[in-house]
Amino acid sequence: MSGSLAITSATVDPALLDLPWNLPLELWPDDVIAALPKGISRHLVRFVHLSGYVIAIKETSAELAQREYEMLRTLQRLDVPCVEPVAVITNRTDDEGTPLDSVLVTRHLKFSLPYRAIYSQTLRPDTATRLVDALAVLLVRLHIIGFFWGDVSLSNTLFRRDAGAFAAYLVDAETGQIYNGLSNGQRENDLEIARINIAGELLDLAAGGRLDEEVDPVAVSNGIVASYRSLWTELTGSESFSSSERWRINERVERLNRLGFDIEELAIKTDDTGSQVRIQPKVVDAGHHQRRLLRLTGLDAEENQARRLLNDLDSYTATYRKKDADEEMVAHEWLAQVFEPVIRAIPRDLKGRLEPAEVFHQLLDHRWYMSQNEKRDVPLAEAVTSYVENVLRHRRDEATVIDPVTGTMTLPIAIVDDGDWRSRV
Amino acid sequence: MSSVTFDKATRLYPGSTHPAVDALDLSVSDGEFLVLVGPSGCGKSTSLRMLAGLEEVNEGRILIGDRDVTEVPPKDRDIAMVFQNYALYPHMTVAENMGFALKIAGVNKDERAARVLEAAKLLDLQDYLARKPKALSGGQRQRVAMGRAIVRQPQVFLMDEPLSNLDAKLRVQTRTQIASLQRRLGVTTVYVTHDQTEALTMGDRIAVLKDGVLQQVGTPRDLYANPINVFVAGFIGSPAMNLFSADLVEGGLKFGTAIAPLDRDTLSGTKAKKVTIGVRPEDVKVAKTGDGLKVDVDLVEELGADGYLYGHTEIDGNRVDIVARVDGRVHPNAGETVVITPSPKHIHAFDTESGERISKAVTD
Repeated sequence: MSGSLAITSATVDPALLDLPWNLPLELWPDDVIAALPKGISRHLVRFVHLSGYVIAIKETSAELAQREYEMLRTLQRLDVPCVEPVAVITNRTDDEGTPLDSVLVTRHLKFSLPYRAIYSQTLRPDTATRLVDALAVLLVRLHIIGFFWGDVSLSNTLFRRDAGAFAAYLVDAETGQIYNGLSNGQRENDLEIARINIAGELLDLAAGGRLDEEVDPVAVSNGIVASYRSLWTELTGSESFSSSERWRINERVERLNRLGFDIEELAIKTDDTGSQVRIQPKVVDAGHHQRRLLRLTGLDAEENQARRLLNDLDSYTATYRKKDADEEMVAHEWLAQVFEPVIRAIPRDLKGRLEPAEVFHQLLDHRWYMSQNEKRDVPLAEAVTSYVENVLRHRRDEATVIDPVTGTMTLPIAIVDDGDWRSRV
Repeated sequence: MSSVTFDKATRLYPGSTHPAVDALDLSVSDGEFLVLVGPSGCGKSTSLRMLAGLEEVNEGRILIGDRDVTEVPPKDRDIAMVFQNYALYPHMTVAENMGFALKIAGVNKDERAARVLEAAKLLDLQDYLARKPKALSGGQRQRVAMGRAIVRQPQVFLMDEPLSNLDAKLRVQTRTQIASLQRRLGVTTVYVTHDQTEALTMGDRIAVLKDGVLQQVGTPRDLYANPINVFVAGFIGSPAMNLFSADLVEGGLKFGTAIAPLDRDTLSGTKAKKVTIGVRPEDVKVAKTGDGLKVDVDLVEELGADGYLYGHTEIDGNRVDIVARVDGRVHPNAGETVVITPSPKHIHAFDTESGERISKAVTD
């Protein structure tokens, strides 16, 4: 390995140094490569096992790698769901001293799925719509912090299951840039890019026979526009009402809470006569339910999972008449009596199937269906046994999805001029 | 196809006192390849984004043809950002990859097929239309990506540093391809780069920007032969023009022990005692002895037929670096001292205070 290898990283995992950096990524031996499904990428991306977790390695120019690393760090600081940057490695050379491309190393997001790995046979209409909705939420969150993506697509996104929906994470920040607020033109452009890319991705699935016949690629891709616009308006739009209707301020706050957002700052203005009030959220923060769940139980879950868990906590409080008890005490009790026993009941070999919060969500659904079918209240322990044996055991592991590998297009590719010009004259 | 006009277009970022683009007046003719060039932060990308509709225009207007598009959303401007997205879909054929965006836009099947075929012919891809991208070479894949933009038949192509992430060799190849393709298509193109070589080799005309202000617009030859100010003189050309301060004396400018002749009008037109003199490396004559500016040779870079001599001299107590083109085979060597004189016809003089050109235009 070249002695001049340069690594930029917040915390260096020494195992990183043992990887074969003196080889082009294309030629890395199979024993270090984890075959994870890949999206369609401009650059060669491969996944590698490293001290018990998986990292994604992308070969690119030093400048782009450095830029994307910084960008991902900034996005993380701003609490936007994205992959975690690990390191930038530059000054790579092979054993002859020939320079090799620099790389960006990111950590594989556990339990995340590329869109091509979400379905087993074909992508169904409702799943396609949920993916697009999740991407719309991510895009709104990115635009709120002033991030212009420039290459919005399903391929540049990873999805985590989120209590029947999906939570989207940004993977590729290469084309992105942060501005001091985005213009309408920039937002519209990102939306247009999203619409075309999603349509292209779905048409590609159709061409490969992996899209359910009921899915209309153009209609689904158009869906991101409506989905994005309604959320954007809800989060940023101003509304006016008579000053006697001040309850509408609370209503707006609650509406945003239901959508999973908190208002950190609300601009309230009255007109000259004081009869009209105009309100507009200035700073909104995603993760309303996530934060409440974390505060009460210490559990880290996706937004919809958190909502589901909190609902169960609320019904626990109601059922056991703990309304007057301290909220945190009850939450602690629920955790010890309900949530943790369920998670402990999952056999060790099935732990990699789904995230604990997702298991709990599915279990609640399962229990509800059992109770419906059997017309009785199925006890939790019984539901857990049934769920583990009849559902969880038959699912694939999704902690680090291993198949199916899809072909990547690496663009642009250097044109290799293999012949010596002297042999051609 | 259409012309493009920036009419006193200004972009002032919120919270900033200095406009990122300051009253830009620029016309691009129908079918022209215009390059916006300048150092980082000069406003070239902001100008392009204003044209694309991504950036608000705080003052002034932007027109595409006769249409004022200042307030028009990006997708309704009939422009295409080329190379914005390289994604090629592996299960779709080359034809499908090139034409799917038309399908979304509701263009009918016959029209789609006709446009794809036309673009494929221009790109030398007609034999590959039924293939999958996997079966293509890197260069062909890149052409398919270009095809995606071409089939939309936009009025204007916009390119923002499209070659910046390619390696040196592919960059040169692609540069030539883009330029020749643009000429064949005849679509008005605005191209942004920080690389003056790219600008000189690709553009019909070049617009040089600095600090948000347009410095000069002209053909590559205009800008090279007659830079309007010191900034353009130093920015255009590689190796850069030699620029240093010189005393005005009777009959011209003091050039070491020689006098570089300057025309009477220029001399009488300025009251300054000192001016900035500019001489391109190829307009410097190198001799072993004689009158002129003494230069210590630091290095000679041989490039085959030609070479570049890199040396330094001292003017008013300051070290000044000098570059001169020399014969690639017979040239002085590092460590020697030489005497240089400028080719009289190719002397550029600039007002030291304002940076503006004061000498007359060079005509050959």
